[in-house]
Amino acid sequence: MPHQFSLTTLRGMLRRREISSTELTQHFLNRIDQHAGLNAFISLDHEGALESAKKADADIASGQQGALTGLPIAHKDIFCTRRLRTTCGSKMLSNFTAPYDATIVERLSAAGVVVTGKTNMDEFAMGSSNETSYFGNVQNPWDTTRVPGGSSGGSAAAVAARLVPAATGTDTGGSIRQPAAFCGLTGLKPSYGRVSRYGMIAFASSLDQGGPLAQSAEDAALLLSVMAGFDSRDSTSINETTPTAEALLSKPLEGIRLGLPTEFFDTSVDATVLGQVREAIGVFESLGAQLVDVSLPNSSAGIPCYYVIAPAEASSNLSRFDGVRFGHRSEDAPDLKSLYENSRAEGFGDEVKRRILIGTYVLSAGYYDAYYLKAQKIRRIISDDFARAFEKCDVIVGPTSPTTAFAIGEKTKDPVSMYLNDIFTNTVNLAGLPGLSLPVGFDTAGLPVGMQLIGRFMDEASLLSLGHRYQQETDWHQQMPEAFS
Amino acid sequence: MDWECVIGLEVHVQLRTQSKIFSGASTAYGAAPNTQACAVDIGLPGVLPVMNREAALMAARFGIAVDATIHPVSVFARKNYFYPDLPKGYQISQFEIPIVEGGHLDIETPEGSKTIRITRAHLEEDAGKSLHEDFHGFTGIDLNRAGTPLLEIVSEPDLSSPEEAVAYLKKLHGLVKALKICDGNMQEGSFRCDANVSVRPKGESKLGTRTELKNINSFRFVEQAINFEIDRQTTLLEEGGRVIQETRLYDPDKNTTRPMRSKEEAHDYRYFPDPDLPPLTISEEEIRSLRESMPELPDARYQRLVRDYGLTEDEASQLTQDLEWADFFESLVTAADGESRLSVNWLLGDLASALNREGLAISECPVSTQQLGALLKRIKDGTISGKIAKKIFATVWENGSDIDTIIEREGLTQITDHNAIEAAVDTVIASFPAQADQVRSGEEKVIGFLVGQVMKATAGKANPKGVNDIVRKKLLG
Repeated sequence: MPHQFSLTTLRGMLRRREISSTELTQHFLNRIDQHAGLNAFISLDHEGALESAKKADADIASGQQGALTGLPIAHKDIFCTRRLRTTCGSKMLSNFTAPYDATIVERLSAAGVVVTGKTNMDEFAMGSSNETSYFGNVQNPWDTTRVPGGSSGGSAAAVAARLVPAATGTDTGGSIRQPAAFCGLTGLKPSYGRVSRYGMIAFASSLDQGGPLAQSAEDAALLLSVMAGFDSRDSTSINETTPTAEALLSKPLEGIRLGLPTEFFDTSVDATVLGQVREAIGVFESLGAQLVDVSLPNSSAGIPCYYVIAPAEASSNLSRFDGVRFGHRSEDAPDLKSLYENSRAEGFGDEVKRRILIGTYVLSAGYYDAYYLKAQKIRRIISDDFARAFEKCDVIVGPTSPTTAFAIGEKTKDPVSMYLNDIFTNTVNLAGLPGLSLPVGFDTAGLPVGMQLIGRFMDEASLLSLGHRYQQETDWHQQMPEAFS
Repeated sequence: MDWECVIGLEVHVQLRTQSKIFSGASTAYGAAPNTQACAVDIGLPGVLPVMNREAALMAARFGIAVDATIHPVSVFARKNYFYPDLPKGYQISQFEIPIVEGGHLDIETPEGSKTIRITRAHLEEDAGKSLHEDFHGFTGIDLNRAGTPLLEIVSEPDLSSPEEAVAYLKKLHGLVKALKICDGNMQEGSFRCDANVSVRPKGESKLGTRTELKNINSFRFVEQAINFEIDRQTTLLEEGGRVIQETRLYDPDKNTTRPMRSKEEAHDYRYFPDPDLPPLTISEEEIRSLRESMPELPDARYQRLVRDYGLTEDEASQLTQDLEWADFFESLVTAADGESRLSVNWLLGDLASALNREGLAISECPVSTQQLGALLKRIKDGTISGKIAKKIFATVWENGSDIDTIIEREGLTQITDHNAIEAAVDTVIASFPAQADQVRSGEEKVIGFLVGQVMKATAGKANPKGVNDIVRKKLLG
């Protein structure tokens, strides 16, 4: 069955005309409908997808295919699309359709992808379990009583259940890598500025990055090579040539030094998670990597630092949702003040409100220096920690998340324990570095374990090449949850 | 008690860029509402600002002109507040590090030249407009103006009278126009001013509590608003009251200021650096090349007009308040074969009053420098008298035809034939014997009457000075 193949394999099949894009698209659309219970999608586009597939088949027939022609994917519902509404998982935007496509959407479409729909997510990407979505929580295909992680939970669940071969996601503090770990996928958070943020609804502008959620490093490299690149519409995008997918996968790895930060291997991490990660490290060692002990002494400051900076930026980014020009407008708005207050009170969920309040507080006169400014200093210190570690090693490795997927509802009452999920991932965003999560085995409950590889700025190639080499030796990435195989 | 006032001005100068400061939308004025607001200006989800380099270079040009520091790295910050015509819920501005800092502008006062220090000038985006009329209980929003680049120029509180404030504003207005960074159109809001005003007992060094006056969009209103506010504050203090620090709106119809809602005063703008925009950098190289391409500024032009054309300081100052006048003047002198005296007299006299009467700017003058120059040449070569010239000027103003054609068509050539004038004088003396006798008996002021009669008889074509001479000769010998 086609859903058992990776994006790269399907690409070859399409090119060799062993299958048509229409057949492939129909097959995945059927699976999406069949497994609607996962709640992985917010919006679907059967008609548009089949139209694109038809066009893709014509292009392939006339030899005009692009890098990804005819391959079905799904977009996280944070990327603006002309054709489908873009809700960002919020009631606020439940009826919002953008008049433009995000750069990522534009680039992938130009390369020929077939967009099946928009995936579920934590509201405004604020969450680590996909439970803050206005459109309901998403089930983890490995155990439907558990969360898929978040905020790109819908994309992760969709790929894990093979409802699409790959999907886009965004990562502000771990929102691609943690769901990839929870769902047994390969997920890449590119270096800050590698992928354009234009058309990606902002959560925390200095941390947000779009990236792929895929079945393998090979698939992720293929997607990144299309998504990435300078965009004059995003002033923070980096003007550097994007390596080809082949280049991203073929960096020589002889003698590569893997740094193991002592802080990432402590007792707070679930023992089976650590066990699987150590085993994977053993595989890398057998492939010729050298292991080095490094230290990221200030990584414990990552969570508090992140939870000042991200809400501060969010509180300002989300001010535009005021009920005036677009988005939810309260029916109960006799005057301007109540228009603002009621539209926002009704349109935003609790977690979003919590972060707007935190962000507003830390930017307020009298608190700015103690919180925002201090967090900026800590951010610099965290960056410096990484820079020092990279003097001794080439790639830093550790667990992606301290645990495997937890039960739906388990942490919703305790925001802080929810925030701690991102303890190993959000420092990477603070430093603007690339991070890759790879599936490296299962815990005793049969839930996937993820390992994180962190690279130097703009060195996605080392991460993807290591991942690819590892996946040539192992088959964790090919495992599928039984109910969906 | 004697009081003195302290005034500082914040001037919003709309920069003359083609497109907006952070988007590609046009900045042209007067389009139908919301037709010049793109996705970025509307603040749609997902859009991002991209700096318009031209605006930064214009700001730097201003910095060079006022001898300020131009920061090689300046930072955009977000000023957060909710308002319906502020699409993103924040305004992108510069806060801690503005592009221009320091500098000065010198103004003329009755006591001589005075230096007004400039605190800073920073770049920011304009907001849209709320339209309160024609919406039957609703408010309309026009976002065409949203994202228009502004340079906010803040002065130190160095101004000590409404007259000085106006002098500073006029100087600044002329400067930004000369730099070609602003069209200076005050009706369209291209040059707007807020005034910080306080009073204190004369001689006191501590500043009094200030109020900020908003919405003053003409030089006249600035003077009126500040005057009103000084009176209000002085009266308040003399009656034992206290000035409250607040923002007040000037109402030109009633010539009063009134407090804006106090809620708007309670703002904590929660400034922080905008993460969507990298710091704005300007290289030494760029500053050097801007410096080399600076146009002649009003002060230098003033010096040159006095030196090269022999204008009085007052004339030069009038012509350099807005360099379009100086340009007109120099072009007129060329057209009038170097007649600078005649040119400045006509420009600041008949032409200025005609423009003033019609409410026109010099750029809208219906008489070209070529036409006026031709007229002045005919005065100079004696073809026409000054009086006839005024008549012709009025005709050209209305109908805009060729000077020489008018002179010929209307038979306006000055009578230079001495005999013809003598004959006319003889006729007048004969017709007004009583007046002639008065002159003969020493009442010289009656000469004017007789000259007037001769002018009338010759339909103004005689040279009045020549007529005068002949009358005197005939009656007084």
